Amino acid sequence: MSKTLVEKIWDAHVVKSEEGFPDILYIDTHLIHEVTSPQAFDGLRKRGLPVLRPKQTVATADHNVPTLNQLLPIKEELSRYQVDMLTKNCAEFGIELYGLGHPFQGIVHVIGPELGITLPGKTMVCGDSHTSTHGAFGAIAFGIGTSQVEQVFATQCLLQSKPKTMKIEVNGELGQGVGAKDIILYIIAQISAAGGTGYFIEYAGSAIEALSMEARMTICNMSIEMGARGGLIAPDQTTFDYIKGREFAPAGEEWDKALAYWKTLYSDADAKFDSVLTFDAADIAPMITYGTNPGMGMGIQEYIPATGAQPEKEKLSYQKALDYMGFDDDSSLIGKPVDYVFIGSCTNSRIEDLREVADFVKDKRKADNVTVWIVPGSKQVEQQAKNEGLDKIFEAAGFQLREPGCSACLGMNEDKIPAGKYCVSTSNRNFEGRQGQNARTLLASPLTAAAAAVTGKITDVREMLTPNP
Amino acid sequence: MKKFTKLTSAVVPLNIENIDTDQIIPARFLKATTREGFGENLFRDWRYENDNQPKADFVLNNPTYSGQILVAGKNFGCGSSREHAAWAIQDAGFDAVISSFFADIFKGNALNNGLLPIQVSEEFLAQIFKAVDNNAKSALEVDLENQTVTIVETGAQESFEINPYKKSCLINGYDDIDFILNQKQLIEEFEQAR
Ligand code: SF4
Repeated sequence: MSKTLVEKIWDAHVVKSEEGFPDILYIDTHLIHEVTSPQAFDGLRKRGLPVLRPKQTVATADHNVPTLNQLLPIKEELSRYQVDMLTKNCAEFGIELYGLGHPFQGIVHVIGPELGITLPGKTMVCGDSHTSTHGAFGAIAFGIGTSQVEQVFATQCLLQSKPKTMKIEVNGELGQGVGAKDIILYIIAQISAAGGTGYFIEYAGSAIEALSMEARMTICNMSIEMGARGGLIAPDQTTFDYIKGREFAPAGEEWDKALAYWKTLYSDADAKFDSVLTFDAADIAPMITYGTNPGMGMGIQEYIPATGAQPEKEKLSYQKALDYMGFDDDSSLIGKPVDYVFIGSCTNSRIEDLREVADFVKDKRKADNVTVWIVPGSKQVEQQAKNEGLDKIFEAAGFQLREPGCSACLGMNEDKIPAGKYCVSTSNRNFEGRQGQNARTLLASPLTAAAAAVTGKITDVREMLTPNP
Repeated sequence: MKKFTKLTSAVVPLNIENIDTDQIIPARFLKATTREGFGENLFRDWRYENDNQPKADFVLNNPTYSGQILVAGKNFGCGSSREHAAWAIQDAGFDAVISSFFADIFKGNALNNGLLPIQVSEEFLAQIFKAVDNNAKSALEVDLENQTVTIVETGAQESFEINPYKKSCLINGYDDIDFILNQKQLIEEFEQAR
C-alpha cells in the first residue's frame, strides 16, 4: 500500500494500535530544557519511577539563560533556580546535560541537528512547540505538554492518535533577497495562523528541494504557527551530506545501514494526503508582519489590509492588533523607524543566518537609532562565527554578538524589548507582549532585519543588493 | 491517579462564560517547579484585591458554597494551553467541572490529570444554576460508569459523553503512564525487534 512519509515513520514506531484507543507511539529522542521539565521530574519522584531510557534523553539550558557573561552566576532568581533544578534533576536521573559553559550548549532545536542527534526517520519530542524544526531531516518531531514529558520519561512512549496529512508544494525559483523565512511567512499569511490545524505538513516542490538544511529548518520550525502539529521534508542528498561526520551521527557500517533506510523515506508517488496546497516561489517577496499573530504578514512593498476588508466578526480583533502595533490600516510600512533588531531564535540563529547577515553588513554601519542584538543559536555557532571572523564584521557594524540562548524570542531572561518600541525580529512569534510587555514585534528574515539595522527603518532589502547578472 | 466512579457533592457555581486559562491561573504564577500549590492562586485576580485581601463577593470566598464540583458557563478553559489551569482547579479541591462547552486543550489536560470535565446542554446547565440559586447546598450526583449527572433535589438527569479510553482510565484510577507501563513488555519487545 502506498504511504506518505509521515505514515511510513509513524507506522514504524507504533508499539500497539488498538481500535478505540490512541496508538502507543515509540519515541526515539526526547529533548528537554529547564522550563517545562521540573514538574515532570517531580511526577516521576512521586511515582517512584526512573527515566526509562535516559540515554535517549538530552538536556540543555536555553529559555532562561542570560546572553552576556554566561559563566557568572545568573542574577535573576527564578532563572537561576530553574537552571539549577535542571542540573540537579539530570544528575539524579542520569541524563546528559549540555548546560551553561558546555561547548554543546544552545537552543534545544539548534543543537539537536548540529550534533547529529536529529536524524531522518526518527520520532522526536520536546516540551516546546517549535520541536517541529527537526522535521527538516525527515523526522516526526512535535512539541508536548508537561504531563507528556513525564509520560515519555517513564515509558519512552506517547499515546497519540495518527494526524491528518497535508502537502504544501512550493515550486519554481526564489527572487533575489528572498529566503526560507519569506517562504514560510508567505505560506502562513496565505493560509492563516490556523490554516494547518490538526495536520502534519510535508513540504515539497523544487523550491524546497533547492534549500540548504538550515533553510529547511527555518521552514519546518514555523509549521506550528499555522496550527499544524508538525512539519517535515523528505531527506535527500543535501540531508545526508549535512549529517555525515557530525558528533553523534552514525559512522562506518552504521552509517551505511542508516543511509539505506533513510533512502526509503519519501511519500510514495500515489500516496494520499488529506489536503494539498501549491505555491509559486516567484510570487514571494521579502515578507514582514504588521500584526500580532504570524499570519498577519505581507510582502514588504504591500499595504496593511484595510479593516473594512476583514470578516465582520474579526474586525474588532483586527483593529485591536493594529492599535497595539501603532499602525494604520491601508498604509505602507516602508520607511517606518525601528528601535531594535533581534537576529536569533531557533528560527534564524544558525551559522548560515549569521553569514548572510555578515556578508550584507560588511563595510556598513548600523543606524544610530537602532540597537542590534545577534544571539547565536548555540556555543558551536558562536565559535564558528568567531573562527570565520564574523564577530569582527559585526563589531565594526555596531552589532552586538551575544552568547547563545532563546533571549528576546520570548523575553524570559533580561533581553526584553521595552514597552512601545519596535523590533524587527527573526524569531517566530509576534504575540502581544512576547518580546517584553507592550513590545511591538515585526517578524522578518535575517536579511530584512539587517537592512532595517543599517537604515534604521523598514526597508526593502532588494534595493540594497547589487542585482544578479 | 485518583479513582473516579461516583461523586455526590454540593457545587461551586461560577456563572460566567468564556473563562480563559489566564483567569484560572495568571501567567505570573507559573514559575513554580512542582504541580502542587497552584490552588492558592486559582482565579487569583477575581478572588483577591491587589493587597491580597479576599474579595467578599467572589464565590470561592463565600462560605455558603462548597463542594468538589465547579459549575461554569460556556467555553470554559479557552486561551493559553497551560496545564497549570487543570492543576490549579484540582489543587483547590475540585474533582469535576461542569460546563456547556470546554476548550479542547483544557479538556485534554483535565482528563490527563484525573479532573473530570462534564459537558451538559445549555438547558441542563441553566437548571443546575437555578437549583443552586434556590438552595446553595443543592447537590449533584455524577455517575461516571453510566455517564449521567443528576440534580439530586429535582431528580432531573442528563447523560454526558466521554472517550471510552479516558473513561476507563478515570474509573480504574490510572493515567496514560500507568496504561503504557502496563504494556511495558510490548515496549521492550518493540525495542528488541528494531
Ligand atoms: S528560541 Fe524561542 S521559539 Fe525557539 S525554543 Fe527558544 S523560546 Fe522557543
